[in-house]
Amino acid sequence: MSRFKKKKESGTPAISTASLPDIVFMLLFFFMVTTVMRETTLLVENTLPQASEVKKIEDKSLCSYIYVGAPVSGMKTKFGTEARIQLNDSFRRATDIQEFVASKREATAEEKKSQLITCIKADVDAKMGLITDIKQELRKAKAYKINYATYSSVD
Amino acid sequence: MADIAFLLLIFFLVTTTMDVDTGLVRKLPAMPENEEEIIDDSQIKAKNIYVVLVNAKDQLLVEEESMDVAQLREGAKKFLDNWGKNPNLSDNPQIAIISLQNDRGTSYEMYIKVQNELSAAYRELRDREAQKKFGVNYMELKGANKKEIRKMYPEKISEAEPKNVGGN
Repeated sequence: MSRFKKKKESGTPAISTASLPDIVFMLLFFFMVTTVMRETTLLVENTLPQASEVKKIEDKSLCSYIYVGAPVSGMKTKFGTEARIQLNDSFRRATDIQEFVASKREATAEEKKSQLITCIKADVDAKMGLITDIKQELRKAKAYKINYATYSSVD
Repeated sequence: MADIAFLLLIFFLVTTTMDVDTGLVRKLPAMPENEEEIIDDSQIKAKNIYVVLVNAKDQLLVEEESMDVAQLREGAKKFLDNWGKNPNLSDNPQIAIISLQNDRGTSYEMYIKVQNELSAAYRELRDREAQKKFGVNYMELKGANKKEIRKMYPEKISEAEPKNVGGN
């Protein structure tokens, strides 16, 4: 009779959950670090087009965003189905863009004013007429650097 | 412990937005101060201008012939990289200009597609030259080398003053 009994093999042993908090914390920190709180609520449909020759914007704080697209479904009864311009949190007209650019310029430090860039986030279904109006206003406001936001695709 | 962490994790999972920060960068021309400043097209030889028109139905007219977007890249490359061989195409890439004009009714998707193809044509020519000279692609070059290639193939995409032809 042996002193040491062999352990009984009772099926597969339960997976240890001791490392679970570690894994969860790791994920948590990942999302805490990468998360960006949306500054504006989108009022327009915004499916961006695809392009392969894209560049990345290095400093997002220098960007002022102009959203273009048809109002989202909840807004359609009030604002119609035609593509509209959204600046900050409300629908605006193209003529408001100069003021919008000016206020952004005022809020930026002097040495960074030349690096300001305007990001046009327009829906694929938007017509060029509206985009052209925006571009004309930007030219009037002397905001020449623009960026057409697109998803990057590999071709 | 794990429960609290889970709760926070779910909160951040929900609120997180992967924002798009990629795009096509362009520079707008300054507004012409008066009538005289509008550059006269006639000073540039017609063969050095590659005219790309997009109508309200998203159809392309390139150098007075209809074209599919898929062929635009090759067409633009042929035009830019002609070096005076074909008398109807550009003399050299430094003075060649691509003139893009769209209608107010053109869709934004089509416009971006055209812009992308024209950029791609320039990029491919620059890459080829950079590979030949330095053995790397254009984007990997730095400083003076990059400038040299850029000077060789300057990206000259000119957009005409907007017109309303096809209506909205």
